[in-house]
Amino acid sequence: MFKKLTLAAAALALSASSSFAATQITWWHAMGGELGKKLDEIVANYNKSQDKYQVVASFKGTYAETMTAAIAAFRAKQQPDIVQVFEVGTGTMMAAKGAVYPVYQLMKDAGAEFDPKAYLPAVVGYYTDTQGNMLSMPFNSSTPILYYNKSVFKKAGLDPNTPPKTWEDVESFSKKIMASGAAKCGFTTGWISWIQLENFSAWHNLPIGTNENGFGAIDSKLSFNGPTQIKHWENLKKWQAEGIFQYGGPEGGNDSGPKFYSQECAMVMNSSASRAGVVNNAKDFEVGYGMLPYYADVKGAPQNTIIGGATLWVLKGHDAEEYKGVADFFRYLSSPEVQADWHQFSGYLPITQAAYDLGKKQGYYEKNPGTDVGIQEITLNQPTANSKGLRFGNYVQIRKVIDEEFQALLGGKKSAKEALDAVVERGDKLIAEFAAANK
Amino acid sequence: MQTKRTIFSSKVLPYWLILPQLAVTLIFFVWPAGQAVWQSFLREDAFGTSTQFVGLANYAAILHDPGYLNALIVTVIFSISVATVSIVLALILAVAANSLLKSRSLYTTLLVWPYAVAPAVAGVLFWFMFNPTIGLIPYLLQGLGYHWDDRLNGTDAMILVVIAATWKQISYNFLFFLAGLQSIPKALIEAAAIDGAGPAKRFRDIVFPLLSPTTFFLLVVNVVYTMFDTFAVIHATTQGGPNQATNILVYKVFTDGFIGLDLGSSSAQSVILMLIVIALTFIQFRFVERNVQY
Repeated sequence: MFKKLTLAAAALALSASSSFAATQITWWHAMGGELGKKLDEIVANYNKSQDKYQVVASFKGTYAETMTAAIAAFRAKQQPDIVQVFEVGTGTMMAAKGAVYPVYQLMKDAGAEFDPKAYLPAVVGYYTDTQGNMLSMPFNSSTPILYYNKSVFKKAGLDPNTPPKTWEDVESFSKKIMASGAAKCGFTTGWISWIQLENFSAWHNLPIGTNENGFGAIDSKLSFNGPTQIKHWENLKKWQAEGIFQYGGPEGGNDSGPKFYSQECAMVMNSSASRAGVVNNAKDFEVGYGMLPYYADVKGAPQNTIIGGATLWVLKGHDAEEYKGVADFFRYLSSPEVQADWHQFSGYLPITQAAYDLGKKQGYYEKNPGTDVGIQEITLNQPTANSKGLRFGNYVQIRKVIDEEFQALLGGKKSAKEALDAVVERGDKLIAEFAAANK
Repeated sequence: MQTKRTIFSSKVLPYWLILPQLAVTLIFFVWPAGQAVWQSFLREDAFGTSTQFVGLANYAAILHDPGYLNALIVTVIFSISVATVSIVLALILAVAANSLLKSRSLYTTLLVWPYAVAPAVAGVLFWFMFNPTIGLIPYLLQGLGYHWDDRLNGTDAMILVVIAATWKQISYNFLFFLAGLQSIPKALIEAAAIDGAGPAKRFRDIVFPLLSPTTFFLLVVNVVYTMFDTFAVIHATTQGGPNQATNILVYKVFTDGFIGLDLGSSSAQSVILMLIVIALTFIQFRFVERNVQY
């Protein structure tokens, strides 16, 4: 009885507060630590800037946890208005037509000012449908770049202002560094899947899958077991045996950062959004920035890199009034000032041309060298069908498969060809299952 | 054996008395288990917007999945290793502690402590100690000429999770063995000693046979423990890797369902797990309970 009473009281209080106060907009996100604090600051500034809507942001854990939480909430009809979903969840979100309110549609229905052309094509290309409609709102996008230790380069007799351009350079620089005793290992990397397979393929203008990397149809097949990728994985295995390359672990590669900070490895490939962390941790040495290396003998390389990170998806099932608020909040988020601030603080890419231009005008990139390497990489060339991104169902699991097969390769259980063939075979099965479930 | 029988005047009262327990069982066990069974016959997208009834297709897919077969083998190796190692070590410790007179309670307290540590914390502790980059033990092993790498070497990873899971379980087994040892009649052991049986012979011929119901009970309980409660240990250490070398069944249910969002397959796997538990519980009741006699 008591429980019932408190419930009733709570319900009353809720309905009372919502009828007097501004319309509440819920936003579930996965930004912890410093990024989370910055995000809360952005939300607080928005809430202060007007009094019609109030955005309530909640941290829900990792990307996978946030996505799972939102899906479970949707099934229980308790979904938030906005959820932040990582790029590999794009295929799943896109297929969920009954659950997702596409952003272009939302902006049109709400009558908000919205110009899709203002956004950087390399960023939004990942999140538009085949007709060119923007389905989700880019928020934090990054791309992998190369960080290197200038002090070690100097000690090894290399020019500290010249990062390696090609993989051949990476190998010869590493050998020189190791021979001179400046560092124990040449390089390490975060994100084997994202950097050493997906971006590697795009950077060399090689297809990741059929149907334009899955953009064209749901029942696509993977194709990153081509000769160049096999050669690259063979090299990684060989370099690991020689000590040139050290494995940083599965997924994001948690060990890769410490290996670089402790000056054990002279170079690391990781997200452009790691920049703040790298600079904070590189206490005893100077950090240099470069583009990802490529194989000089591959035609069309370097093409352009692809992005990672997350976008904001709007879920169906709320009132029109709330969606008006969401549209207004998105307008605020994309404004050059907010974007430039977020981009410069976090190392994520600016999502609009205006935000990038604002940064240039402020002289930010001159004062902070390396901050625009990522932008240069994604805009290096007009993206081709091979390099505009990837979109496959069940891709969260396929990422895991890539990690597993890479471990089998380094563990000596499989050759590069066997490992990549297995990735494709297991990945295709997962994509087919997804296609069957989303008919 | 005598039975006490209380006669209730009301026919309804007993049902009221068991109602809370029944309600808890129905809401927290039967209902979700029923949902899992139903879900295991469906193929659904993550959001539940399109659902098809596929009959036993999810089960067929699992049984043809090499990953599932691998998880089954890994689970068997893992459970048997953890159960054996923790039972043997706990027995040795219990016999040793039992032979002490003054300090027995002190040792008992100390040995039971690890049981109070949450599995996830135990996992993280060992993960740190064995971490190839920052851990102490790989550093020491390097001195012995062994290159430890649980990130890439499946055997190393398995050893790591077995140690982490065993460490916690020793305490539990120890308590049962100690209680079992203390309930062995002194007269039996003393009689054997008078007849000239040494400590080893006494243990082999008298103590261990009398402990066998306890051992069998612990074997079943430990296998159930390794199959379900070790989720946190795996999640905090290897996350099933490298290359699925430590991907036990319950962890696969989690990754397929909550990371991969394939609810049909995940449910089918949990139904199979449920059948295994039912079988184990049956064995325990049928054989263990019947044989417990001192």
